[in-house]
Amino acid sequence: MRGARPEPCKIEELLAGIIAGLIGDARHVAVGNASPIPATAALLARERGDGRPYVSLLQSRKHNFFTDGGCELFDCAGQGRIDVFFLSGGQIGGQGDINLVSIGDHDKPSVRFPGSFGSGYLYYVVPKVILFRLEHSRRTLVPKVDFVSAPGTSPDNVYRTGGPVALVTNRCVFSFDKAKNRFRLDSVHPGHTIEEVRDETGFDFDMPADVGETPAPDAETLRIMRERVAPELAEVYPQFAAKVFGIPVAVPA
Amino acid sequence: MGAIRPLDEALSGIADGCMLAVPREVSGVAMAATRALIRRGVKKLHVVALPTSSLQADLLIGAGCIETLETSAVSMGEFGPAPRFTAAMLAGTLHMKDATCPAIYASMEASVKGLPFMPLRGLIGSDLMAHRPEWKTIDNPYGDNDPIVLLPAIRPDVALFHAPMADKAGNVWIGRTRDLATLAHASARTIVTVEKIHDGDLLADPILAAGTLPGFYVEAVAVAENGAWPLPLPDHYPADGAHLSDYVKRAATAEGFARYLDEYVHARRAA
Repeated sequence: MRGARPEPCKIEELLAGIIAGLIGDARHVAVGNASPIPATAALLARERGDGRPYVSLLQSRKHNFFTDGGCELFDCAGQGRIDVFFLSGGQIGGQGDINLVSIGDHDKPSVRFPGSFGSGYLYYVVPKVILFRLEHSRRTLVPKVDFVSAPGTSPDNVYRTGGPVALVTNRCVFSFDKAKNRFRLDSVHPGHTIEEVRDETGFDFDMPADVGETPAPDAETLRIMRERVAPELAEVYPQFAAKVFGIPVAVPA
Repeated sequence: MGAIRPLDEALSGIADGCMLAVPREVSGVAMAATRALIRRGVKKLHVVALPTSSLQADLLIGAGCIETLETSAVSMGEFGPAPRFTAAMLAGTLHMKDATCPAIYASMEASVKGLPFMPLRGLIGSDLMAHRPEWKTIDNPYGDNDPIVLLPAIRPDVALFHAPMADKAGNVWIGRTRDLATLAHASARTIVTVEKIHDGDLLADPILAAGTLPGFYVEAVAVAENGAWPLPLPDHYPADGAHLSDYVKRAATAEGFARYLDEYVHARRAA
């Protein structure tokens, strides 16, 4: 029941609950690579919404309705038929820029990340992009990224129907103020403090006078996540489903 | 067209230095064929992965088969960074053409349509543009002060992938994995490995025909049972997580990777 006393939950469950709330009222939520917590959140939102929104886990067979390959997915996004997507970054800058490529010289980097995936397009055309980064530190949340896989905002004449709305970390939730082109601290997770967030964040951000505590998921939300969402996750994120929810990893025949 | 051949013979159409197009890790990666190419010692490949890659690119990089890699990301997913890709990037020994997923689809779609280029939204203001002089920004001729990026067509020499089945005429059943059709339509030639040969004509049954890549596009088909292992063949078998996890640990060093190749690539003919 909503409002019931929260029971102990893992950080992954707390974040999935928050992200499910941020998804809000959407028709279609897509989830890309290496995004187990957003996938949990999207499936949770669908369970609570009685089948709405449509959820496309792009690594999944079962939770993926596309029948015309990657072309259909990106065509869909270009037409505005994907309302919510999730992106992360090896670095995330104070103006919402994300770096999924490298630190240092691009051709001889000191750190190399996997690559930009769909960000160089989806960040521009999906109205609600929720950023997530589980390592909240000065090396990940930086004033300026070394390589811009995709910028947080664009000049007025650049076609841009989408962009960041929030950044969820292991310490707090920021919203993104598009007009001011910067993040604003919304809430701090239980067990963490505003001082800690300030110390561990490399970029400047706005802070209202009253920053509350991130609400933990209620018992009913946790039950749905653990009983109904977790088994569905195991197809795409078997290691995550095993670690967080104790779902046994299937062994190939 | 579309002859069924032994694996090594089917792969003879993949020459040193060619542009080789391959699918992402969950779309039917021809891993048995990849191991056969490494055994053969293929060199200087320009690999285009639609739109990302995992073990396949990592193995080919570690084995010294790739000169240029064009893709949007290389990662081992839940098992972490791709170790040989990362090592090569840090050492500066791999020419990487970083992209974003829809840019590779769009460039291939240009080739599919026989067009020189395709426009794409996004990209403007990304550092991806700074490293790709061939990606040009123009003013939308039908708009008013509306910059848009043009991407040149990618026309691979060969597409290589793994599918559930083919018939004796070389028609290949790909089901809903339509990226495989994009690869075949965009590439000059296509080589396919399959789990099995279907006894009958895939184009004769309207339900199967809808998911069939006509043999018209297919130069050679080889049977490679379990041919995507240790990657998954969706709807048929899952990824072998234990193997992938072990690979990532072993490939963390060049020596460990060499031992992996000895054990899983060179020791077996068509594992």
